[in-house]
Amino acid sequence: MRNLFERVAGSMVAMTAMAALPQAVLAQAWEPTKTVEFIIPAGTGGGADQMARAAQGIIAKHKLMKQAMVVVNKAGGAGAEGFLDVKGAQGDPHKIIITLSNLFTTPLATGVPFNWRDLTPVKMLALDQFVLWTNVSKPYKSAKEYIAAAKAAGPNKFKMAGTGAKQEDQIITAAIEQLTGTKFIYVPFKGGGDVAVQLVGNHADSTVNNPIEAVAHWRGGKLKPLCVFDPKRMPYKTKVTDTMSWSDIPTCKESGLDVDYLMLRGIFMPGGVTPAQVQYYVELFRKVQATPEWKDLMERGAFNQTSLEGKEYADWVAREEARHIQLMKAARFIAGQ
Amino acid sequence: MDEIQSLLQGFVVVLTLKNIALMFTGIVLGVIIGVLPGLGGANGVAILLPLTFSMSQAPGGTTSAIILLSCIYWGALFGGAITSILFNIPGEPWSVATTFDGYPLAQKGRAGAALTAAFTSSFVGALVAVIVITFLSPIVAGFALEFGPPEFFAVYLLTFCAFVGMSKEPPFKTLATMMLGFALAAVGTDPVTGTLRLTFGSTHLLTGFDFLIAVIGLFGIGEILLTLEEGLAFKGAQAKMNIKVVLETWKELPKYWLTSIRSSAVGCFMGIVPGGATPASFMSYGVARRFSKDGDKFGTGIVEGVVAPETAAHAAGTAALLPMLTLGVPGSPTAAVLLGGLLIWGLQPGPLLFVEQKDFVWGLIASMYLGNIVGLIVVLTCVPLFAAILRVPFSVIAPIIMVICAIGAYTVHNSIFDVWMMLVFGVMGYVFKKLQYPLAPLVLAIVLGDRAESSFRQAMLVAQGDMSVFFSNALVGSLTGLALFLLFWPLMSMLWSKLRRGI
Repeated sequence: MRNLFERVAGSMVAMTAMAALPQAVLAQAWEPTKTVEFIIPAGTGGGADQMARAAQGIIAKHKLMKQAMVVVNKAGGAGAEGFLDVKGAQGDPHKIIITLSNLFTTPLATGVPFNWRDLTPVKMLALDQFVLWTNVSKPYKSAKEYIAAAKAAGPNKFKMAGTGAKQEDQIITAAIEQLTGTKFIYVPFKGGGDVAVQLVGNHADSTVNNPIEAVAHWRGGKLKPLCVFDPKRMPYKTKVTDTMSWSDIPTCKESGLDVDYLMLRGIFMPGGVTPAQVQYYVELFRKVQATPEWKDLMERGAFNQTSLEGKEYADWVAREEARHIQLMKAARFIAGQ
Repeated sequence: MDEIQSLLQGFVVVLTLKNIALMFTGIVLGVIIGVLPGLGGANGVAILLPLTFSMSQAPGGTTSAIILLSCIYWGALFGGAITSILFNIPGEPWSVATTFDGYPLAQKGRAGAALTAAFTSSFVGALVAVIVITFLSPIVAGFALEFGPPEFFAVYLLTFCAFVGMSKEPPFKTLATMMLGFALAAVGTDPVTGTLRLTFGSTHLLTGFDFLIAVIGLFGIGEILLTLEEGLAFKGAQAKMNIKVVLETWKELPKYWLTSIRSSAVGCFMGIVPGGATPASFMSYGVARRFSKDGDKFGTGIVEGVVAPETAAHAAGTAALLPMLTLGVPGSPTAAVLLGGLLIWGLQPGPLLFVEQKDFVWGLIASMYLGNIVGLIVVLTCVPLFAAILRVPFSVIAPIIMVICAIGAYTVHNSIFDVWMMLVFGVMGYVFKKLQYPLAPLVLAIVLGDRAESSFRQAMLVAQGDMSVFFSNALVGSLTGLALFLLFWPLMSMLWSKLRRGI
């Protein structure tokens, strides 16, 4: 009985919320009528996979949706498999996809016929941070010193390990190179965990791992963060190691390395869906974001909790796409270039 | 002994009615997942991961959650052998090598013995690996840090050389099928430049050729085609259906103690590095064939040929959890999903996990002991049942196998194209067998081609094209040296015997 009450109360709240939005007044309430497929354009165990499966777990636990949700990994061709699947499902409201930066990088780097405009933006869940890490045994105390050392060593001497080829890690590396004029040897690995361990084992000089991929080694006293590629410092003030919290890590800009990069963790639907259908998922993920489990996940991964919807979200994606085209052009990462 | 104290503490955590029930559930589910080709351990664990999410919120719940998931993994490790032996269809990548002797054994009417040997040696391998984890984890965990790209390539090279150098097939046929395997493995995304290659503009080929689809086709469908040609009957129909077969096989097993030790060592090494269970099983099979007294009989259906790969696969599969826990590096696809699970539950795999989450870690280790015992009991009691499947008339079971294969192929990527590819691979498997080309090198190349290529090219990037990087330190040097030694062993022994005859 309580569940029913909660559900009724929940939908009443949702309806009031919708009434408050002028563009939603016309849209009639819609609900999934069969199992919803949640596609991950990446392999099992990665960051997108973790977030999608956590969301699925939260939805199931709090009974936020009447129908079931299944998570499907479609990682082939750097995620192209998943994006093409959603592109092909024009008008299907029972399919959603979580994105990484490969939303932009994959079509640009491989020439696979696909663009984010083929999809319907639903909601940004969060932005994933990138941090410049080195081994604690190295003498560099700041990003400035590290870059100076890389410059002094000359091109193709310092090794940057990263996840995937022509994806976010390599794009950040390229951005650093374009700004500083030095050149790193970029070595692509399969997963963020592998990358972190390569750095711990001193097989590389630096990485731009996400916080969650490297935090264990930071706390274990093997790695040290030099700077975060966010224009603002991270807000988390709880001590992670004995002396430092996430917010103690300077921004790269503060450290004289004016590069910023954040990775989209957002939800899209196929093209040709109705506003009511989009609104349903917007509400759903708002409820997910309100749960304590989600807040926990955000803090553990030190995510940037910016969460846009509607036109703001679409504009953000368009801006990011333009930036990726510019960065990748300069680095000659674009297919057929 | 600190470890024993902690381990006993772990048993206290694990030994609750709820956890034991979860253990049984996990093992049974895992065996089913392992039996069905296509639905691998990684998929099975991933599907159940969200379920454990609410479980992990309760006090002590993370331990229960990991017990459920890891038991699915153990179950899948056990279950993979069943279809390999009965129908020549590996349920999991690491049970491909089990088909080499397991299936001929079943055809001889000794399916029960093959299954018993497979399950028992799986158990032994796992036990050795758990003991290593229990007592040596701090030393061993650091070892994995020594492995950069050149070292990884040397390990893969060692696997290829151990398997090929030891092969009794004509060398050029082996080489030809292996090269075809490398070509198939190269389809899809280039790991270093990120561009697409060999896809010929087809979006179906984006994902490349999944190893499982190739294996289901080459082995499963190929075998059915052969059986069709040779008359519609299973050769193993006279299989004994008695539980006594277990005891009889157990009497035989102690003879292979040396193989067991060797295979456990290979398995633990490959698990910790982490190279994975599949290469471990191939390497162990190759090494056993060379060093066994009955080396010539390998492939004709002998128990030792089942013991070697199964011991190594299970040892590696178990040992793979160590780098996952201590470094956050998954040693296998399933370990990768488990790792994701830990992060979702709010645990941080890494050097501090053993300090901060003592209950969890030692609970998990204790559950490895218990889970494998439970697993052994579950699968052994089912041996007569599994063996009895062979008594079902071929005309009834063959369509069922075909359907299961098709479902398996479909499950891998939820794509009907893969089912067609499976049929193509089936015809290929049939032709290969008719022309007596070995399938194993092809399969090995498809499984490891990708990874070997990545680590080779990473090593070349790091060394800026200098090949001497493969001899640049003691570790990589000895691995490469050993690989070359194993590769040229047949040539050397030929030369040696010629020289002796000359004198």
